[in-house]
Amino acid sequence: MTDDVSPANAPESAPSAQGSRALGILKLLTEFQIGPILALIAIIFCFALLDVALGNGGFATLRNLRVVTHQAALIGMPALGMTMIIIAGGIDLSAGTALTLSCTALAVAFRDYTVPVEQSGAVMGIVGALSLCLVIGVLCGLLNGIIISLTEMVPFIVTLGTMTIFLGLGQIWASESTVYPGPGHLPIWLENLCYTGKRGTDYFIPGLPIPGSVLLTIVLAIIVAALMRYTVLGRNIVAVGSNPQTARLCGINVPLTTVLVYAIAGIFVAFGALLYFGNVKNGNPSDGTGLELQIIAAVVLGGGSLSGGRGSVLGTLVGALIIKVIDNGCTMLSIPNTYTHIMIGVIIIVAVLIDGLRNGKPKWLFR
Amino acid sequence: MAGSEAAQSASTASQPLLEVCDISKRFGPTIALDQVNLAAHAGRVLALIGENGAGKSTLLKTLSGAHDADSGTMRLDGLEYQPRSPLDARRLGIGIVYQELTLAPDLSIEDNIMLGRSGTGGGLLLRGSQRDQVRQCLQRVGLGHLSPTARTGDQSVATQQLIEVARALASQAKIVLLDEPTSSLPAADVQRLFGIINDLRNDGIGVIYISHFLEEVREVADDYAVLRDGNSVGSGQLTDITDDQIISLMVGRDVDDLFPSVPHDIGQARLEIAGLSAKPMPIDTDLTLHHGEVLGIAGLVGAGRSELLRCLAGLIPAKSKVATLDGNRLPSSVGARRRLGIGMLSEDRKSEGLAQSLSITENLAMGNHRRYSSYGLVDLKSRRKDANGWIKKVEVKAHSAEQTIGELSGGNQQKVAFARLLAQDADIYLLDEPTKGIDVGTKAEIYRMIGELAAQGKSVIFVSSYLPELLAVCDTIGVMNRGQLVETRASADWNEESLLAAAVAVTNR
Ligand SMILES: Nc1ncnc2c1ncn2[C@@H]1O[C@H](COP(=O)(O)OP(=O)(O)OP(=O)(O)O)[C@@H](O)[C@H]1O
Ligand SMILES: [Mg+2]
Repeated sequence: MTDDVSPANAPESAPSAQGSRALGILKLLTEFQIGPILALIAIIFCFALLDVALGNGGFATLRNLRVVTHQAALIGMPALGMTMIIIAGGIDLSAGTALTLSCTALAVAFRDYTVPVEQSGAVMGIVGALSLCLVIGVLCGLLNGIIISLTEMVPFIVTLGTMTIFLGLGQIWASESTVYPGPGHLPIWLENLCYTGKRGTDYFIPGLPIPGSVLLTIVLAIIVAALMRYTVLGRNIVAVGSNPQTARLCGINVPLTTVLVYAIAGIFVAFGALLYFGNVKNGNPSDGTGLELQIIAAVVLGGGSLSGGRGSVLGTLVGALIIKVIDNGCTMLSIPNTYTHIMIGVIIIVAVLIDGLRNGKPKWLFR
Repeated sequence: MAGSEAAQSASTASQPLLEVCDISKRFGPTIALDQVNLAAHAGRVLALIGENGAGKSTLLKTLSGAHDADSGTMRLDGLEYQPRSPLDARRLGIGIVYQELTLAPDLSIEDNIMLGRSGTGGGLLLRGSQRDQVRQCLQRVGLGHLSPTARTGDQSVATQQLIEVARALASQAKIVLLDEPTSSLPAADVQRLFGIINDLRNDGIGVIYISHFLEEVREVADDYAVLRDGNSVGSGQLTDITDDQIISLMVGRDVDDLFPSVPHDIGQARLEIAGLSAKPMPIDTDLTLHHGEVLGIAGLVGAGRSELLRCLAGLIPAKSKVATLDGNRLPSSVGARRRLGIGMLSEDRKSEGLAQSLSITENLAMGNHRRYSSYGLVDLKSRRKDANGWIKKVEVKAHSAEQTIGELSGGNQQKVAFARLLAQDADIYLLDEPTKGIDVGTKAEIYRMIGELAAQGKSVIFVSSYLPELLAVCDTIGVMNRGQLVETRASADWNEESLLAAAVAVTNR
C-alpha cells in the first residue's frame, strides 16, 4: 500500500517543502523589526536615486539627514507613548490635540508668566512653564485613562471625544489665535532645541551636529524600551494588552495599569509639545488635528498591533522615519503634497502586509 | 453498539470510508505527524487516543482541511481526497467539532450553525427554510428548547459545545470528527452525545472520536488507533485490547497507579465563609476549608461551581456574612487575595486562563513577576530559568520556552496554566476542572501534585465533573446545586451514584 502511494505523492510534497523553506527565510528576515528597517532602506534608496536623476541632489546630504531625523523626532516622541498605549490594547486619538494643547500652554506661559532670560527670576519662570506643559500633557492622559477604566468604554470612542475637547479647550485658552512667546523669553537651549543648520556651536553637544530634538527622542526611546522590557509594569502592560481577562486572573490591576499607561503616554505628549514648540516657537491649538494619525501610523508601521500585546519602540522610531523620509523626499522632488498623502497611505498598507507575511497571513497565500 | 454487529463484519471486509496514508505535518521544528496511517469505516466509531501533543488534533485538522499535510495521501470513499479548505472538506462530507470552541459569540445560534452554508437566493438569507433545518439540528442534540435567534455568547460552555455538534451534523456529513467533545460536558449531556453517536453509527456514518477518558472510549467506540509523538503505534478493535495495554501504547511504558495518593493530615480551619452570595450565584453558601484539605465540589454544570470559585478568588463581587482567612478578614480585590495566597485556575484556558499570543515564559510569569524582580526591575535570566524548570516539571511539550501558547496542544496549554498556579506558590488552590483535556499519565501526575500540596499543609478546592477523580483525590466532597453547597461529606461516604443523586435531587426540590 505504502509503495504505490509514495511515487504519486512525491511531486506533491516537493514544492510544499520548498515553500516552507522560503517561508522560513522570510520569517528570519522580518524578525526583530527588520521588516520596517528594510522598508526604510528601500525608500531612502529610491529617493536618493530619483533625486540624483531628477532633483537637485539635496536629498542625500548630511543637512537633509538632520532635517529628516528632526522631523521624525517630532512624531516619534509622542509615538513613544502611543506605542505603550497600543501594546496595552488601547488607542489614543486625542494625542494630536493634547499635544498642541500642551504646546499652547507652553506658549501662553512663555508669554505671560516668564520674563526675558537676562532678568532675575527667569529660571523660575522657565521651570514653571515647562512644568505647566508637562502637567497638561499628563492630565490629558490621565483623563483618557480614567474615563476608559471607569466607564469601560472603548478607547477609540473615549479619545475621539477628548480629541475635540482638547482642541476646544486650547482654542479658548489661545482666544482662537496663535500664541507667541514674549520677546527674549525663550532660553537659548530651547531656541536651539530644533536647530538643524550649519553652525556646530549651536548644537546641544557643541561640534556634534545632531539636533537636540533627535537626541532627546533617542534618550527617551531607550528609557521606554527598557521600561517595557525590564520592569514589572512593562510586562504587565503587555499582559493587559494581550488578554485583559488573564491579566485580571493573575492579580494584575487592569484599570490601574490602563490609567498609568495613558498618564505615562501623556508625558511623551508633553515632550512632543516641547519639541513642537521648539520647532515653530508659537502655540496654535488647531495645529494638532490630524497629527494623531501620523503618530498612530508610525507605531503601526513599526509592527504595533491594534489588537494589543505587540509593538516595538525601535519599530516605532523607524515608522516615524519612514513617514518623514517620504514627506521630505517628495518635497525635494517637488512632488505635490497630494501625492505624498497617497504614497504614505500605500506604504502603511504594504508595510503592515509585509508584517502579516511573517505570521503566515494572508492565509490563501500560504496554502 | 448493539445492532452494529452485522454492519461491523460487513464494513471490516469492505474498503474503509476514510483512509489516511503516511500523512506528515511539521510546524517549524516540531514534527506533529510523522507518516501517520489511519482507517475509519462507515458505521463504526474510531477512537483516536494519545498523550497531550501526540498529534491527534493536528490529524483531525488535516482531515478537515484546516491544515495542509506536508506529505501523504488521503482517500475518502475510495477517491483521492485533498481538501483545499475547511469549506471544501465540508462539501465533501466532513463534519468536525474542534477541541476549542469556534463559535462566533455575537452571532445567533442559527447564524453560527448555518455560517458559510446559508441557503441564499441572490445573496439574501433564506431564513424561513433554514430555520426548520436549524431547529432539527438543535433537537437532535437535545437543545430543542433554545431559540435559534438567541445570542451564542450568552450560552454556557456546555451548551456551546452541543451547538458545535449540531453544526457538524447540519452538513449531512459522511464522517464526523469529534475532538474531545466531552471535556466540558456534564454527565447527562455526555450520555445524550453518545446517543447521537449511536444514531450516526446506525445511519452508516463514520465517526472519529478523541477522548482522554478510556471508559468513554469503551462505551462509545468500536475501533481504536493510538498516536505517540506523531507516530501511529497501534490500532485495532477495542474488544482485543485492555485498558492497561492502551495506556502503555500511549505512554510508551506502564503506568501502574492512575490515582496516586499522598498521605496528608487535615489541620485547622483556614478559610471560613458564611452566607456567601453573588448575582446570580452562589446563593447563601457556607464553606469551611482546612489546612491540608482537598475539598471536592461536584454538581451539574450551571450549578454555580465555577461562580463559587470566582467569588472566592475575588473575580466576581460577592457579599458574605463571614469571610475570614486564618481568622483575619478577607480583602475583596483579586490582587489582595492573591497576595494572601489565594490562587485560581480558570476552566476556560482559551479566553481567560492564558494569553494565547504570548510565550510560555510570559504566561508563567504573569502576575508572578514579584519573585523575579527587585525595585520593579525584572531579572529576565532567572525568569527564563524558572520557566524552563516548570516546563520540565509538568512536562510541557514545546520546542522552547519562547513558543507562544497558541501553538501548543490543548493539554499542554492546560499544563502551563496549572504550572503558573504552582509558580505562584499559593496557600489555597482553587482548581476549576484542572484536568480538562489532560492525558491519563499526566492526570495521575496532577493528582500526585495535588496530594503533595495537601501534604505541605496547603488547601485545595477541586471542582470537577469527572466523579472518579473527585472520589479518589479529595478528602471531602461537597455537592453544589442551584447555587448552593447542599451537602458536604467525607469522600469515603460518597459514591458516584450518591453524588449524582444529590446533585439531581436538589434540582427537583
Ligand atoms: N499551529 C501550531 N504551531 C506550532 N506547533 C503546533 C501547532 N499546532 C500544534 N503544534 C504542535 O504539534 C504537536 C501536536 O499537537 P496536537 O494539538 O495535535 O496534539 P494533541 O494530540 O491534540 O494533544 P492534546 O491531547 O493536548 O489536545 C504539539 O507538540 C504542538 O505543540
Ligand atoms: Mg488536541
